[in-house]
This record gives sequence, C-alpha cells and structure tokens, in this order.
Amino acid sequence: MDAIILQILNGLDKGSAYALIALGLTLIFGTLGVVNFAHGALFMIGAFCAVSLSRLLQLSYTTIDETQKDFLGKPLKVETAYVESWFGPELGSAIIDWAVPLAILLTIPVMLFVGYAMERGLIKHFYKRPHADQILVTFGLAIVLQEVIKYFFGANPIPTPAPSAYVGSLDFGVMLGFDPNVIIYPYWRLVYFLFSLIIIGAVFAFLQFTTFGMVVRAGMADRETVGLLGIDIDKRFTLMFGIAAAVAGLAGVMYTPILSPNYHMGMDFLVLSFVVVVVGGMGSLPGAVLAGFLLGVLQSFASMNEIKAIIPGIDQIIIYLVAIVILLTRPRGLMGRKGVMED
Amino acid sequence: MFGLDKKDTKFLWIVIALTMLTPILLNPFPTDSGLAQFNAGYPALMQRFAIYGLMAIGFNILFGLTGYLSFGHAAFLGVGSYAAVWMFKLLSMNVIPAIILATVVAGLFALVIGYISLRRSGIYFSILTLAFAEMSYRLAYSVFTPITNGETGLQIKLDDPRVLDGAATDGALPVPGLFGLNMNSTYTVDLGAWSFDLNAGYYFCAVIAVLGFYMSLRIFRSPFGMMLRAVKSNQNRMNYTGLNTRPYTLAAFVISGMYAGLAGGLLAAMDPLAGAERMQWTASGEVVLMTILGGVGTLFGPIIGAGFIKYCENIFSKINENILHDWFSFLPDSLESVVVWFFARFVGEGWHLTLGVLFMLIVIFLPGGLVEGGQRIAAWYRNRGKSEDKATKQPAE
Repeated sequence: MDAIILQILNGLDKGSAYALIALGLTLIFGTLGVVNFAHGALFMIGAFCAVSLSRLLQLSYTTIDETQKDFLGKPLKVETAYVESWFGPELGSAIIDWAVPLAILLTIPVMLFVGYAMERGLIKHFYKRPHADQILVTFGLAIVLQEVIKYFFGANPIPTPAPSAYVGSLDFGVMLGFDPNVIIYPYWRLVYFLFSLIIIGAVFAFLQFTTFGMVVRAGMADRETVGLLGIDIDKRFTLMFGIAAAVAGLAGVMYTPILSPNYHMGMDFLVLSFVVVVVGGMGSLPGAVLAGFLLGVLQSFASMNEIKAIIPGIDQIIIYLVAIVILLTRPRGLMGRKGVMED
Repeated sequence: MFGLDKKDTKFLWIVIALTMLTPILLNPFPTDSGLAQFNAGYPALMQRFAIYGLMAIGFNILFGLTGYLSFGHAAFLGVGSYAAVWMFKLLSMNVIPAIILATVVAGLFALVIGYISLRRSGIYFSILTLAFAEMSYRLAYSVFTPITNGETGLQIKLDDPRVLDGAATDGALPVPGLFGLNMNSTYTVDLGAWSFDLNAGYYFCAVIAVLGFYMSLRIFRSPFGMMLRAVKSNQNRMNYTGLNTRPYTLAAFVISGMYAGLAGGLLAAMDPLAGAERMQWTASGEVVLMTILGGVGTLFGPIIGAGFIKYCENIFSKINENILHDWFSFLPDSLESVVVWFFARFVGEGWHLTLGVLFMLIVIFLPGGLVEGGQRIAAWYRNRGKSEDKATKQPAE
C-alpha cells in the first residue's frame, strides 16, 4: 500500500510536466490546427528564463574589506550582489533564493511575446500547408532555438536550486498514518504538482468562464462560422498561441529544480508529449491532461523493482506500450474527437 | 531498356553515371588548395551518401507514394545493422550473406510493425511507428543486451566462431569483404594536383544503391505504384470501390523497411559495428528530413536530400574559426572579426544551426524540396530564353 502511494506521488510531478506541455500542444493544435514541434523548445526556453533570472540576480560587484583577512593575511574580497546592496542583505538574499518562483513573473511576458512572434512571424504562413510541412518547419525552428540557447548557456546542465525553504522532503506517510520515513516526498515536487493543477485549472477556467474563452471554444468547433459572425478569430487564436507558449514556459520554469536545464531537454520532452497528446486524443484538452498524469504515474509504477523483476525492461517502454495498446483499442485516443487528423 | 521507357532509361543512365563518377565529381578542388575542405570525395562520406540515399529511396516508396509518414524507420536500420554484424560474427566476413540477412530480418520486423501500425492512419500511424521504434531502441539498450551488447555496441571479436572463415584470421580483426576484396581497400588516383579515392566499399554500396534506385523506378511506374498513389490521394474512395488497401500499404511498408534494413546492413558492412543509437527517433527524423528536403514523391529528390544533409554534417562541422579567418583576411580587421564571429556560429559545433536554418528556409520557400528548386531554376532559365526570343521578335513585326 505504502509503495503504491509512493509511486503515485512519484509519477505526479513528471505527469504534471507532461500534462502541461501536452495541454499547450493541444491548445495550439485545437485552435490553429498546427502541429507544433517547437513546443519542447518553448518548454526549454521557459527553463532558461529561470536560469537567466537567477544569474541576473546573482550579478555582483567586488569590494575589498579591510577589516577581514583571508588565510594569506590579505584583505578579503567580498562579493556583494547588486540586489543585496539595493534591498538590504536580508531581502536581497531572499530574492536570490527565490529566483525560480520569481522567474514566473519574467517568463509570462517573455513567453507570450515569443509565442506571439512565432505565430505572426512563422506559423501564420503555414495554416494552409500540409501537416508534414508544419512539422518540418517547427522542427527546424526547434533546432535553431536549441542551438541559440546552447551558444549562450553552454552544453552542460545548469543546476538551479529551489528556494531553500523547499529543499528537503515532506514525510507524507505520517499524515496518512504510516510509519515515518516510509513515504517521503520532496517539497518541490509537491509544489510543482500543485502549481500545475493551478495552471491547468486557470486555463480551463479561462476557456470556460470568460467571453473570450467562449469565442475561442466556438472557433475550435467551427472556425468558419465564427468568422462569418464578424469575429476576428485569428487575433484570438494568436493570443491562444501565446498562452500555450506561456503554459509550456511556466512548466519549464518550475521544472528547473527537478531537472537541471540543458539545451536538449526540449527535444527529450517533445516526443513523450506527442505520445501523451495522441493517447489523450488529438484536440481534446481534458484528454491531454488525463493522459499526461496517467502516463506519468504508469511510468513511475513500471520503474518499481517488483514490477521490473516480473517484466524486465518494462520501465523503458511502458509509455510506448500503453500508447500502442490505447491507439489500437481506442482509435481516437482516450477522449479524442471524431475526424481530427485522420486523413 | 530494362523494361523502362526511353525517358526513364536515360534518367537511369544519368543516375548510374553520377554514382559511378561520384569520387571524381565530389573532389573538384585540388588537394592542396584552400577549397579542398569542401571536397566530399573521401570514402567514409561517399559510403554514407550511397547508404543514406538508399534508405531515403526506400522511405520515399512509403511516404512519397502512400503518404503514410513513418517516424520509426531507424528501427529497421538498426535491426539490419545488428543482423549483419551477427552474420559477420557467426558465418563469415563476406558481406553478401550479411546484407541478405539484414534485409530479410528488417523485412520480417517491418511486417510485424506494419501489420499493427497500418490499422491507423494519419498522425496516429506516425505515433505508432514512433512508439515501436523507441521501444526497440530502449529494449536494445536494456533487456536485449545479450543480443545487442547494450551501450558498447555490437562488434566483431577475434574469438567469434565464424563458421566459414574463422580460421583465416591471423591475430588482427578481420575486415568485411566481398570474396576477398576488402571493403576498406582504396585505390588512389593522383591526377596532377587532384587526387581521387576509388574505394571498394563505396562502389559496393553504389551498385546496391543503383539497384535500389532501379527497383524504386520500376515501382513508381508500375500498377502497384499507381495503386499506392491512389491510396495517397483518396483512401476512402478506394475503400468504397470495394478494394482493400491494407495489403498494398503493408507491402509498401515492408519494402521500405527492407530498404532501411539493407542500408543498415551496408552500414555494418562498411564498419562492422552496430549501436542502438542508430534506432533513436532523431535518426528516424533525419530520414524524414532527407526525403522532404530533397522532394517527397520525386525519384531523385531523396538521394539529393540525403547527400545534402550528410554533406553539411561532415563538411560544415569540420570548418573552424582559423579557416574562417583565412577566408576573410581580405576584409579590414574590425569587420573581419565581426564577420568571422558571425559565420563561426554556423560551422564547426554550430552546424546544427545551419541545418535548422536551411530546413526552415527550404520548407518556407521551396515546399517541394530541392528538386522543386532545381525545376524552378530550369523553368526560369527556359522562360528567360523564350521571353528574350519574343523581345527580339516583337520589334521586327
């Protein structure tokens, strides 16, 4: 029992990331009908927003402190971050410590802009082209973005820690009445899971309860009619692209303490996210979220030693195996609509 | 000739001539000139041209004709490589049984995967093939380590049984060969300042690639090819006329899987080493890119695409900043450093960036691939001649 709960918890954080990326992919696909292979790159850009902010905040100047001596007896060089000198040492170090959550504030406008620029500058010209062309051009864009990031940040993973308050683990088992130290769950993963729930909830609420969202949903169902009603649906879809990019970016920002960002993390997540989208059903937002969590949890179950002992290698292939089984038994994925992407 | 009409025969002869003269055509610059680094006529690269060209031809039979976009073709390449290396280990270093087994095994593998995947179409088919290929890749790394030798990769060893020619080895690792002709033996022709490498392995690959090209030419022109095209243009209508398209698409899938397996076998024949990374999804993506870059559904496009990508990969990645400084040394110093900095981002380590940018440019401006670009230039050239004719005639009237 405790092992099962532990594995479910372990699967949730990965599942959250899958769900967020797949949600963005589905938003883009459902609104614009574009298969966006650069979505993994957007996830990566989000992660590197966090890296840049934490580096920016740590920018410091060096002063020579005559009162302190280092081990050679010379005056000690003291590095003081600009932030600390502006806001005072306590608030300043707190700001540096909280760089990753603060990066959310930076990421939202950056990603909205990136998404907007991508849609207006590139994707717009590909609405009427075949899906293969869309895949190829966004794949090319993903390579370009990846290489640009590699130039600025290098090829090695950059560790970006969570705020010190969230380092460490929560003894989750005690809350449920198990013995201590049986179910231990890192705080940050819990934060990530809750964060993703908030984002997912916000996106759904936005689509469900605002006039704007209503128009977008109408446009997803029948774009032409909405256009005939005199609504500039393109403009709204462009904004939705920006929002989808922001969702991917936020997923990336908050994921940095779990996985040190490197330039190819986008590609690593991209394929899995596509599998998630297809398993959930192309064009279905709830399907994407459901499939994301489902595959995340299944993956963590498959990596249990007990299960690996029965079926060796299952942890490596479980996602693909599930995808194959679901696609063959439920042709449109878990919650897919009829006639989407079938020709 | 060869069951082709006149135009296709001519086309085939051109392709044969081009492949046979490749070592010469790709070395247009004298060996000691500054441009020699653009020479692509060295054996390892030419072999890759032929092998990946062959693979792209096969992929084009599936994707170009039926429109089914497979994202898992690298799996067949990998399986072919493993099969060929096992043949080297167990039977003999002769390449013929190795590539035959590679083709057959890949064909069987494709039959199984195709039978399941072809139940779905569109992106679902792509994801199914992708899932199968990733599963093969991951299993090759983990569970199948006894067969695949995991991360180290499968290699030949001195103590392999090699039933037919096991005794022939004398302390050194044997080299794959064709009845005694070693695949890595190279005959270098020095002609003045030029030098051309005539490599046995390349010519072996080239002959097989030409045969593969001929096969695909026949398929394109056959009723079977017509049927595949019909599947691409409207599968529903085919079904409504009471025709079951599945056997045709499955046949196309298996054929293109066998091409990929053959290519994998040849890769192993050139360098008897097989690793799982050949099966990764990026490798599958590369074949898709080659085909689309060259021109989907055209006969010659995939070969151009394969050559283009392999050329960029090998040549651009070799250029470094010093070479760039040499090139731009005629510029004023301040300008030179800026220009060199700019171009240095695109070469060496950054050749992926070049690749990405080129993809985007080609997809945006030349949806039909490089072949379409060539046709456009040819058409423009012809029209220009015509309009000049008109221009000269009109005043006379």
